[in-house]
Amino acid sequence: MSSAGRFGEYGGRFVPEALIGALNELEIAHNTAQNDPLFLAELAELHRTYTGRPSIITEAKRFAEYAGGARIFLKREDLNHTGSHKINNVLGQALLTKRMGKKRIIAETGAGQHGVASATAAALMGLDCVVYMGEEDTRRQALNVARMKLLGAEVVPVTSGSRTLKDAINEAMRDWVTNVADTHYLLGTVAGPHPFPTMVRDFHKVIGEEAREQMLALTGRLPDAILACVGGGSNAIGIFNAFIPDSAVRLIGLEAGGDGVETGRHAATITGGTPGVLHGTRSYVLQDANGQTVESHSISAGLDYPGVGPEHAYLHDIGRAEYRAINDDAAMAAFSLLSKTEGIIPAIETAHALAGALVVGRELGPQANLLINLSGRGDKDVQTAAQYFGIPL
Amino acid sequence: MTQLDAVMAKVRAENRAALIAYIPAGFPSKQGCAKAIQALADAGVDAIEIGFPYSDPVMDGPIIQEAAEISLKGGTNAADVFATLKVATDTGVAAVVMTYWNPIERYGVDQFAQSIADNGGSGVITPDLTIEESDRWLAATIRSQINPIYVVAPSTNDSRLAAVTSKTGGFVYAASLMGVTGTRTTVSSDASNLVSRVRAVSNLPISVGLGVSTREQAKSLAAYADGVIVGSAFIKLLLEAESEEKGLDAISHLAKELALGVREGR
Repeated sequence: MSSAGRFGEYGGRFVPEALIGALNELEIAHNTAQNDPLFLAELAELHRTYTGRPSIITEAKRFAEYAGGARIFLKREDLNHTGSHKINNVLGQALLTKRMGKKRIIAETGAGQHGVASATAAALMGLDCVVYMGEEDTRRQALNVARMKLLGAEVVPVTSGSRTLKDAINEAMRDWVTNVADTHYLLGTVAGPHPFPTMVRDFHKVIGEEAREQMLALTGRLPDAILACVGGGSNAIGIFNAFIPDSAVRLIGLEAGGDGVETGRHAATITGGTPGVLHGTRSYVLQDANGQTVESHSISAGLDYPGVGPEHAYLHDIGRAEYRAINDDAAMAAFSLLSKTEGIIPAIETAHALAGALVVGRELGPQANLLINLSGRGDKDVQTAAQYFGIPL
Repeated sequence: MTQLDAVMAKVRAENRAALIAYIPAGFPSKQGCAKAIQALADAGVDAIEIGFPYSDPVMDGPIIQEAAEISLKGGTNAADVFATLKVATDTGVAAVVMTYWNPIERYGVDQFAQSIADNGGSGVITPDLTIEESDRWLAATIRSQINPIYVVAPSTNDSRLAAVTSKTGGFVYAASLMGVTGTRTTVSSDASNLVSRVRAVSNLPISVGLGVSTREQAKSLAAYADGVIVGSAFIKLLLEAESEEKGLDAISHLAKELALGVREGR
C-alpha cells in the first residue's frame, strides 16, 4: 500500500482480505483518472452542465449582524443539483465505476442526501443502485427514501445494531465483501479504508479551489477563517483542502454536540472521542473502554456518526485545523436565523457551521472575513425543524 | 511451538483434518458459554476459537451478529474473553481468540498478546487486520510466542497469498467463499482452488471456514484441508433451542457428527 493512504498515524486499511484486491483496483483507477486529462475534462463538463458548478458565493450581510460584524460569505453548495455537496463525489466515483467495468453501485446513507445523490448518478449513468439505510433513518427521512425509489434505486432498511448510519455502513461492507467482483461501494464520506479518504477529498476539493479564487476576486484577500460542519467530514475537507498551505487562514470544523458533549449524547468524534479503528480506517472514534463503538446522537442525521475522516484527525493533532462542538439547540437557532435573515433554509448539518460562525465572528471582530461552506439545503429537514419549532404540519 | 501447532501436527500425523469450533465469549450467557465449550471439547473438537463480540462485525452474517449482540448486552468485556479462553484451554483443547482489530488496539497491543499467552491461548485470528498494519502486532505475538492467524480469501492473488502466509502462524484461515459468516447448503468450489493456491506458496496447515455446517461438508473439506472451521451452525442451534440444556445437547450432537466427518475425508 502506498504511504498516500496514511495521514500521520491515521488512515490505512483495516478490512477483510477479500476487499484488498478491489481497493487496489480502485486506488489504481483513481490515480490513473486524476492524471488523465480526458477524465478530468469529462467530470468538469458534468459539473458545468449537470451539477451547476461553479457554485456561487453569497455574502450574508443581515446574518452577519449577529456575528459581531464580521463579513460572512457562504459557498453555496446547497445550489448544486440534488441539494448538497455530495454530488461532487458521487459523479466522480460513478465515472470511475464505469471505467472499472462495474455495473452495480451500493451506498450507505444517513440523512439520505448521499443516497439520493448516488441514486441520481446511477440513473444518469445507467448503473444498478442499492442504498443501505438504517431502519430508524428510513422513518426519520421518509421523503428521501421516496426520492431514491423514484430515481430507480433499491433502498434496503438495515435492522442490525443501532439501525442508523453506522449499521448501514456495516451492511454495505457485507454486501461489498460478497459482490465485490461486479460492485463498487460508493462510500459517501472521507472515511473508510484507503483510497476512500483521499479519493473522496479529491472529488470535493473543487469547492475550496473555486472558493479561494472567488474570495480573492471579491475581497482582494484570503478569508481569516473557514468554517464547515464535520460528520464524516467530506464537505469540510472539500473546502479546507485548497487553504491548507495558507497557514494564516484558520480552518474550523464544527462537530455535532447533540445534547452537549458533557452528557455523552453527542456525535463530536474529535472533541469527545479517542483514537481507534472503525469502518476500515484509524481515526478518532466514539468508543468505550473495550473498544466497542458507542452510539452517537445528533438532531442532524447526516452528522450522526461515531467516526470521522482520518485526515481531520491528523489536521487536529498537528494543530492545522481546530474542531469545536455545536449543540442541537445552537444549531437550530442558527438554522432559524439564516432562514429569517437571508431567505436561505440550510440543512441542519450545515446549521452547525453557521452556529460556529456566530461565535467565531464575535471572537475575530468586525475586520474579519469568514467563509462558510453552505454544504446543503434544508428542504429535507422541514419536518424535523417544524417539530423542533412547534410548527403544526 | 504453541498447543495449536501441536494439534495441527497431530492431525496431520493421523492423516485427517482438525475440527475447529467457534463460539463468542458470553454467548448464550457467561455460564452457558463455559458449558458449551465443555460440550464441544467432550464431543471431540480439536480446537476452539473464542470470539470477542464486537459492535461492528462487518465480516459476520446475521447469526453471529445476533450472538454478539446478546453477548454485549450481557456486558462481555476483554476480561471475560480471557476468562473464557482459560475455560477452553483448561479442557485440554487448543484455543485461540478471534477478534476484530479495534478491541486489541484499545486494550493495548502488547498486553493483549501477553494475556492470550497467560491464559493458555495459542493465538489470535484477526479478520480485519491487514499485513500492512501489522508491525506492532507481529512484534507482540513474537514476544508472547502466540500464533498470528490471518484470513485469506478467494480474491487474494498469488503474490499476496505468499506475503500474507509468510506472516501467519498456526494455520492459514482460508475463507471458502466471497462473503460473510453463516451456514450455506453447499461449500463453494472456490475453497479447493484457494487451498491449492495456498499450498503452492506455504507449508503451513490450512483451515477452511465460512459456510460449513454438516458432516458431509466437513468430510468433503477434510479431503484437502488440514482444518475445518464451524461457527454459525453451532450458534444457530443455541439460538433456536427451546432451552439452554437442549441447545447444549444439539451442539454436542453436531460436534460429534462433524468429528466423524473430518476423519472420513481421506
